[in-house]
This record gives sequence, structure tokens and C-alpha cells, in this order.
Amino acid sequence: MKKALKNIYLIIILLFLYMPILTLVVLSFNQSKSMFKWTGLSLRWYRELFSNGEILRAVWNTFSIAFCAAVAATLIGTLGAIGLQAMKKRPRNLILSVNQIPLLNADIVIGISLMLTFIAAGLYLSWGTVLLAHIFFCLPYVLLSVMPRLRQSTASTYEAALDLGASSFQAFLTVVLPEIWPGIISGFLLSFTMSVDDFVVTHFTRGAGINTISTLIYSQVRVGIRPVLFALSTLIFLVVLLALLVSNRMQRKEETA
Amino acid sequence: MKDALVELQHITKAFGENVVLDDLSLAIEENEFVTLLGPSGCGKSTTIRIVGGFEKPDQGRVLFEGKDITDVPPNRRNLNTVFQKYALFPHLTVGQNVAYGLVISGKTDQYIRDKVRYGLKLVNLAGFEDRRIESLSGGQQQRVAMARAIVNEPKLLLLDEPLGALDLKLREEMEYELRNLKEELGITFLYVTHDQEEALTMSDKVVVLNGGYIQQMGTPEEIYNEPENAFVASFIGDSNIVPGKMVRDRLVEIYGVPFPCVDEGFGENRPVDVVIRPEDLILREPGAGKLDGTVISNIFIGVHYEMQVAAGGFEWLVQNTVSHPVGEHVSLDVIPENIQIMKRPASEDEEALALDV
Repeated sequence: MKKALKNIYLIIILLFLYMPILTLVVLSFNQSKSMFKWTGLSLRWYRELFSNGEILRAVWNTFSIAFCAAVAATLIGTLGAIGLQAMKKRPRNLILSVNQIPLLNADIVIGISLMLTFIAAGLYLSWGTVLLAHIFFCLPYVLLSVMPRLRQSTASTYEAALDLGASSFQAFLTVVLPEIWPGIISGFLLSFTMSVDDFVVTHFTRGAGINTISTLIYSQVRVGIRPVLFALSTLIFLVVLLALLVSNRMQRKEETA
Repeated sequence: MKDALVELQHITKAFGENVVLDDLSLAIEENEFVTLLGPSGCGKSTTIRIVGGFEKPDQGRVLFEGKDITDVPPNRRNLNTVFQKYALFPHLTVGQNVAYGLVISGKTDQYIRDKVRYGLKLVNLAGFEDRRIESLSGGQQQRVAMARAIVNEPKLLLLDEPLGALDLKLREEMEYELRNLKEELGITFLYVTHDQEEALTMSDKVVVLNGGYIQQMGTPEEIYNEPENAFVASFIGDSNIVPGKMVRDRLVEIYGVPFPCVDEGFGENRPVDVVIRPEDLILREPGAGKLDGTVISNIFIGVHYEMQVAAGGFEWLVQNTVSHPVGEHVSLDVIPENIQIMKRPASEDEEALALDV
């Protein structure tokens, strides 16, 4: 009896958490355009999705920007973290506190100030400006995930590698990189997610022609949302779910190894 | 004369305002076991890091087999280091750690395999090739660090307080093993420690450092039996350091009582410092010795009793296997060979030089 109650409670919580997404998934297979009436199972919206150039372009923009921003931010952030680690404590702490500001700052402030900066610099708002903006707000996350991996021990293992005859570059590749690798990966994934997720900053820096998934959905909400976007959201949800499962599995493997 | 293996010439090094080494010169002969001994902050670790190439001296030169290597980076020096906290590579197995230097220098697989097996056997870790670093105990990690350094067949092995993180029992074991390893390999060892026992047990030559200066250099016996100044005397072992007056050669006056000794060349009626080791003080019946006094404390510490005797206005530390209860009247005596005379620092500066920590 007690066990049954427990299970019921669990199911209620899960329903509460996943009901909205479930609704979305179900409606994406609805034949009619209505959000309220179920008229039959259909893949109509999925078909429409893959023939809609505007949506496909937005998807492409979203993921190409996310990927490039994550790569660039991870690269710059990792190098920055290594440099910071070599600095004296006081300037390092100063820079780390400055690093926190973009994290705490409201997206809208970042978005507007970046837009103004780009315009003042004479940059034409486009895919490139969105990318720059995303690199900008991803950088602190990379720094924060790589820094804790670079401890005093990394400095001494680096020296040990030099002592054993490795050049600085070899020592970096064979000793430092493997030690901070998990931090780099999580910094990359965080950046990627933050970039895909972003709406506000993108909205202000994207210019006229460019849309990402989030800005596209926003612009369509005003004219009436079409179930095509349900289909798109369902697909994105599935991709995220898959990524989550894979990463969990990898983590479990690492723990047991 | 044959060149020393390593020679430090007039090394000066400061970190900001803090002068760590001041005009330090030191020669290490081939196949010697040299220990740098001193309290923390005395410059011993900086010295070893300069030899290893991890720090550049502000002034002075480092010679290796007669060649100037002051500007040679660590990876081009024919020496290896066992680091204080081992600095093992956590993502590699024990075998891969030991093989690291050999892989970097491009040795053949067969050679590396044999050498790793040999190295691990030498440090009593045969068969540990595939173990992970974090699965090893502190003592085992220390041995891996040793093996990783010696498989490269360096001319010189630097050891930076390698036993510091181990417990007493393990440390004593490792002291003998290190000594044996050195005999077996014929490598020159430059060892850094703040532990006087380690230094005295293992070394051919002990260099006592303090405040960036060499206080004394010599065999363990010389350092222990004939400390040259108050710092060395008090840092190494327990000692009674009392003011005295050198009446003439072979006669010193302590608290008004003349003691025959074996030291010469201090001049006549010169103030000196006298060092007498607590185990060298003999307790006799009152009146039978030179200085009468009273036992004021007595602690049993295992091998012997440690007593304090108030005599002549000084509380003497006495170690003896025979217990004398507190309050007993005794007389202190010491044979001439066990009295060590040190020059009294003439000025406060000189004193600071000796005692500055």
C-alpha cells in the first residue's frame, strides 16, 4: 500500500514535469492546425518542416553559431585559464571577479550593449555579429569550468614532464591537456547549450535577415504559431534527450573505470 | 684536479624583496650523496630548482661537467628530479609514468618495456605496470617517482624532500633503500631535506643552509660533532650552547670553571661559544665533577632519560641511561674531546647571519 502510494506520487511529479513537453509532442502529430482539437495522427507538420526553407535556415544558423561559438570560446577560455593560473594571486582574483560580471549581468543589458558596440564599430549586424556576441557570453563559462582543473598539481606535473625531457609543447599535450580535458569538454558543452538556448542577446545582435530557432519562434508567435514549430521543438527535445543519455552513460563508464 | 660534476658559482636569487640565496657557491663531486639541510625558507628548495633548471639565478653560474648550463632549459639537462609531492601523471598507469621519459626520448618499445620492468623491480614494485596511480599508497607513489627518474639514467638525481609526506616507519625504511639504490646505480644524489636525521643517515656530505647562506659543509660526523656556529649546533640534534672564555689553547673557562679541551687557535682570553651535546655530559657524585648542580626535571623518553640540571647559572640538558631523580645533587663533567668551541659572532650582523631564519 505504502509502495503504491509512493509510486503514484512519483508518477504525479513526473507528469507535472513532463506534461507540457508531452502536450507538445502529441500536438506535433495532430492533423489539424488547431491547438485544442485532435483530428487524427499525421506527419504533415514534419513534412512541412523539412520543406520550409526559413525554418531550416534558422536551424542551421542556430547550430552553426552554437558550434562555432563553443569552439572559439573553449579555445580562448582554455588559453586564458592557463594564463591566469600562471599569474600572481591578486591580479588573477581581480580578473576572475571581472569574469563574473557577464554571468550575473542581465541578458538584455548584454544584448543591447553588444548591439550598440557593433553598430558603433561599424559592423553590419549579421550571422557574424551573433557569433561574436555568443563567444562573448560563453567565455566566462569556459573559464569557470577549466580553472578548477588547473591546480597547483598541474604546475608540478608540467615541470615533471619537462624534467623528463619533454619540450613545453609536448608537456602541454601529454600532461596538462589530459588533466584539464574534462573541464574543457564541460566548458564546450555548456557554451553550446547556452548558445542554442539564447534568445535575448541573439535578438538584439542578429540584424534583419538572420533568424535562429528562438527568434524565429518569437516572430511567429505574433502572427500565430503553426504546428510546424511543435514538430521542430519535438525534434530538438529528442536530440537533447539523446545527448543527455549518451553523456550520462559516458560518465558512468568513467566512474566504473 | 678533476672537475666537479655540478658546480654552483656565486648564485644569488631573490623573489621580489626577499633574497633567498646570497652568493652561494657549492661543488658536488661525481658519485657523491650531498644533502642540503636547513629549515623551511632557507633556500634549499630554490637551490635544487636552480640546478634542475626551473629557476634562473639572478647572478652566478651553474656548471655541469664543466659546461655552463645556466640558460639550458630543464628538458635538455642530463639530470632528473624526484619531486616533493611526486608529481606523478594521474591519467597514466604506473608503467606509463615510468616510461614517460623514455617515450619522449624515442627509445624502442622493447627497450622501454625492459627498462620499465627493471626500474619497477629496483624500487620493489615489480608487476605494478598496469596499476593506476591513485590506487597506490604514498610510499608506493614515492617509489614510482623514483623509478620514473632513474630509468632515464641521469648523471645526477635531484630529490626534493622526497620522504616528507611519508610516516616515520616508512621514512626510515626508505632512507636505507635510497642509500642502497645509490650504491647500486652509481648516480650522484643531491638531496634536500629539513630533517636532520635523514641528512645524517644518508649523506656523504651535508650542507647546512640558513638564510640563503651556507652555514657549514662537511661529513655528517663533522657537522654533528664539530658545529661551526650556534645555528648548526642547535639545528642538528640537541645541544647545550653556553658562553665561555678561551683562556689559552686547550683550556676554556665555563661559568668560572676551567675545562680542558682540544681546540686551538682562538687566541687568549677570547669570548667564545661552547657546545656540549647532552649525551656527552657525565653525571658524577657531588664534588667529583667540575660543576655541581641539582636535577630539576627528568623525563623518560625511551632510549634514555632526559634531565635538566641547574648548575653554574645554566640549565643543562643531560641525556643518560641512568636515572637521577629530581632534587638530587650531582656534578657535571665532560671529557675534553666532547667540548666543541665556536667563534663568538663579533657583531650583531654576523650573528644575524648565523641565526636569521
